[in-house]
Amino acid sequence: MKRRLFLKAAAAGSMVPVTLNGMSLRAYAHSPLMQLLGRRTGSNDNVLVLIQLNGGNDGLNTVIPLDQYSNLSKARSNVLIPDTKVLSLGGITGTGLHPAMTGLQGLYNDSLLNIVQDVGYPNPNFSHFRSTDIWMSGSESNENWTTGWMGRYLDAQFPGFPTGYPKTGAPDPPAIQIGAMVSLAMMGPAVSMGMAISDPSNFYNLVNGTTDPVPNSPAGRELAFLRVMANQTNEYATVIKNAASKANNISTKYPTGNSLADQLKIVARLVKGGLKTQVYMVSIGGFDTHSQQVDNSDHSIGAHATLLKNVSDAITAFQDDLKLMGIQDKVAGMTFSEFGRRIMSNGSVGTDHGAAAPLMVFGTGVQRGIIGANPTIPGTVTVNDNVPMQYDFRQVYASALQDWFGLSKAEVKAAMGGKDFNTLPIFKANPAGIEDFADLVSRLHLYDVYPNPAHGEANFRFFTDGGNVELCLFDALGNQIRTLASGKHSRGEHQVSCNLNGLRPGNYFYQLSQGNRKTTRVLVVN
Amino acid sequence: MDRKEFLTLKRQAAPTQVARTERRTSTGLNTYTGAFGRKEAMHLLRRTLFGTKVQDMKDFSGKTMAAAVDALLTTSTAVPNEPINYYGKTTADPNVAYGSSWINAPLDFNFNFQRTMSLKAWWWERAARQPSTIMEKMVLFWHNLIPIGALDQPDARMSHAYLKTVRQNAMGNFKSLVKALSIDPAMLVYLNGRYNTKTAPDENYARELMELFTLGKGADSKYTEDDVKAAARVLTGWGINILTTPPSATFTLSKHDITNKQFSAFFNNTVITGRNNANAGTDELDDLLNMIFAQTEVAKFICRKLYKYFVYYDITPDVETNVIAPLADHFRNNNYDIKSLLDKLFKSEHFFDQLNMGCVIKDPTSHLAGFCRQFELDYPTDAESLYNILIYGRAFGQAIMQDLLDPPNVAGWPAWYQSPQYLRSWISSDSLPKRNQFTDLMLFVGIKRGGNTFLADTFKVTKQFSNPSNADSLVADALEFLIPMEVSTTQIAALRNILLPGGIPAYNWSDEWTQANDPGHANYATALASAKFKLQILYKSIMNLAEYQLS
Repeated sequence: MKRRLFLKAAAAGSMVPVTLNGMSLRAYAHSPLMQLLGRRTGSNDNVLVLIQLNGGNDGLNTVIPLDQYSNLSKARSNVLIPDTKVLSLGGITGTGLHPAMTGLQGLYNDSLLNIVQDVGYPNPNFSHFRSTDIWMSGSESNENWTTGWMGRYLDAQFPGFPTGYPKTGAPDPPAIQIGAMVSLAMMGPAVSMGMAISDPSNFYNLVNGTTDPVPNSPAGRELAFLRVMANQTNEYATVIKNAASKANNISTKYPTGNSLADQLKIVARLVKGGLKTQVYMVSIGGFDTHSQQVDNSDHSIGAHATLLKNVSDAITAFQDDLKLMGIQDKVAGMTFSEFGRRIMSNGSVGTDHGAAAPLMVFGTGVQRGIIGANPTIPGTVTVNDNVPMQYDFRQVYASALQDWFGLSKAEVKAAMGGKDFNTLPIFKANPAGIEDFADLVSRLHLYDVYPNPAHGEANFRFFTDGGNVELCLFDALGNQIRTLASGKHSRGEHQVSCNLNGLRPGNYFYQLSQGNRKTTRVLVVN
Repeated sequence: MDRKEFLTLKRQAAPTQVARTERRTSTGLNTYTGAFGRKEAMHLLRRTLFGTKVQDMKDFSGKTMAAAVDALLTTSTAVPNEPINYYGKTTADPNVAYGSSWINAPLDFNFNFQRTMSLKAWWWERAARQPSTIMEKMVLFWHNLIPIGALDQPDARMSHAYLKTVRQNAMGNFKSLVKALSIDPAMLVYLNGRYNTKTAPDENYARELMELFTLGKGADSKYTEDDVKAAARVLTGWGINILTTPPSATFTLSKHDITNKQFSAFFNNTVITGRNNANAGTDELDDLLNMIFAQTEVAKFICRKLYKYFVYYDITPDVETNVIAPLADHFRNNNYDIKSLLDKLFKSEHFFDQLNMGCVIKDPTSHLAGFCRQFELDYPTDAESLYNILIYGRAFGQAIMQDLLDPPNVAGWPAWYQSPQYLRSWISSDSLPKRNQFTDLMLFVGIKRGGNTFLADTFKVTKQFSNPSNADSLVADALEFLIPMEVSTTQIAALRNILLPGGIPAYNWSDEWTQANDPGHANYATALASAKFKLQILYKSIMNLAEYQLS
């Protein structure tokens, strides 16, 4: 069904009773048609808060695939979260949240949270640095880009920046990072589009910032002078200070001793204070949980639980604050981490660097739900096995740019470095969910490979209602090693065989994708 | 309003000075005998060079204090090349081939502006690519003290000759320098000496000679208006001949006042005998300078100027007593030998006093050319590309208030004379963001000219540190390299977090660094790009600190 036809049908009130991950499609169709029809090209004044979880968050202990619990318990018994303690999400039974994330559970139940499963990129890199750069820049795994995805978007919105800025119509900084430095994500083609504030290592300590005390010496005297001048002369100092002074945090839910909460408090004040800045970035570190990520006696507490609690509590308080301030409808937030962690835990009660992991988007503008299936956990897991990617992180970016900032497809493509990525139904205003409606109501099925375990050759079988289909084989690390089928397929069952010679024994994943839908199963080569 | 006044008016007023409560030192000129490690070496280098290389930091911290000062004061007046025709690709200069020097070519008004720009660029290059000696800082010191305006000159060759004279005398004898510049063709233009005749005396140079170049306006400098008039008469008869190569000073006896010149009691009622011969001009000039240099105020004036330039702008009574007075005595007793004066100052316990470290706000050339030297930028060899980059650098200097060879007025730059703000006048609502823009630009984007990108290679510099694979060591070295004071552990942790975000283990940086240094490694390209970006952010973060503006 074409988008146009669907819209016609929806307008006539003929809703189609199908669900996706337990979520009624009515929800998409319900999204105000006028808004969709009248959707304009170009940026609105919505705000996106990027929350970086530094170190590589353990996705399997964050969003727990309960339907894989048996295999999961074999793979990571020493860090396994007790299934009885896993927090349930709405009416969903197969997937739940880490016990420390009661706040996010509440957001989900209040229809303020969307979870995208297994977000990553092809040919994952396991270096913190490299993988962070890939996430920040939006490049392929084998490319080194010097601009960031937000930097490219903002460069288009603020042509020629910083020359001539601030100016009438654009009085506020394009992007603000609360922290030590402006990251690669904010790098435009020429200069960084972001400014870092509130950090002792930065020149411009504008909001809640601290600085080293000046020594009692001539040097201290000059330093004090320079700092005063620095704060007075930053082009954006006045507008930022004004915005911060106009608003106070209202929510009483903000925890103390939680650096992420402290950062989000500043963001809430600046947005409420009228700053037109669209992009904020905050971060929290410590997710590199190689050892002792859980308490030995109770796996639901410990280092990782504390981190997740901090994230959950901070976001919950922030969302509460936004609501009390009356600005909840213009702010959305998104967590991300450079990678997930290995399926199998290590001997130090921790997990090593992995690949894909879930990502969360929150706010009144998001569509409640879980996009994608749970990761498949093999029955026998080796130390190298990883959660394969289900969605490319750039699909999430493209969704945010198109459906949250209101960019045209062409603008999104430019910000993504000239590449097209299918958007995901993360945001309520997502026309993709409707444009791709035909896919959603059609059937797509991937049968178990035969034989399995296999040696020499394996036969794959799938069903499609017709359209462009791709079937690929990935190794345990997530590297795509074979394309088994690609291109237009007619409605019906299709079969393809694959020569397995040269493949090392171990777990492999095969993934069938059509449009936004993907389904993944495990092949064991022996 | 003339150009100079206009430029002066354009400057933004600096904030009023805060009340002084900070500690000062009462140390004097005794030879420094304390520790001489990296900190002390860096202090010495920061004050005497435009930008310190990592290799300087290593070399000089390995010397004794005396050897370090001796090395910095062992200068050469030779220059590696002369300013050239960089503009010839666009418009051919009939007298100078593209890439060749114009300094001995005939005057051509069509190209005089380009030649002047060429000279300014060339000087900027001398600062940015200086050897590790004090020479370039001294050339700027003397230019600020006894300046000309290059844009006022009818012939760029005169500005070139002026600068050459400054350089040749920069580390020699102060009195010789003043004598040479008193009859320098560019100076005869700049301060109207060429129009100073017996029938229409022009007091301009005579006044500045006393007020700005030698005696100053201190409380003990009690020359009179009549002294200025008499000195002007001594200096009558000088002119320039623009037809020689380079243009030369001329003395025309018929324009010279041959009568005796009477000076005030301040000069012990000296009478300079009027001469009526071909040597009258130089002989009477010698008499005039002998008379002036007999005054103790001259040495004090220069020592105060040098103190403000090299140590700190605020001369307390203690400094006047313990430093200026004995330094001036030393200067006079050594017949105004500049090197000897500097030797005394830089080897003193006062210079190395902790309280005198880190308190000098960098002048624009130190900030800009200093950056280029610190980060050892690679210069293109093609004349047009090279000079376009140098011209960009010097124009940036002009944008942040320091246009070398065209100071705002004959008093030089306000930062070195205007009480009470002094060096603070370098910092304005306009200049401070631009200073940050420059370092950001050079770290991330570079200057692109003629297919060349003039960009800092942070990797090249970092490689020279003591143990760059260790994040803590790298941050410590970078701070010592770039910041003249201690920073808190909070700041250090924030900087470390750039290399090791989110508290990830230290080996992550070590591994990346190792891979980035191993072209054979499978991850070489990505590790190099990733490491370079982190270093760019690290250096940017440090350079955006207010502390980075200090020296």
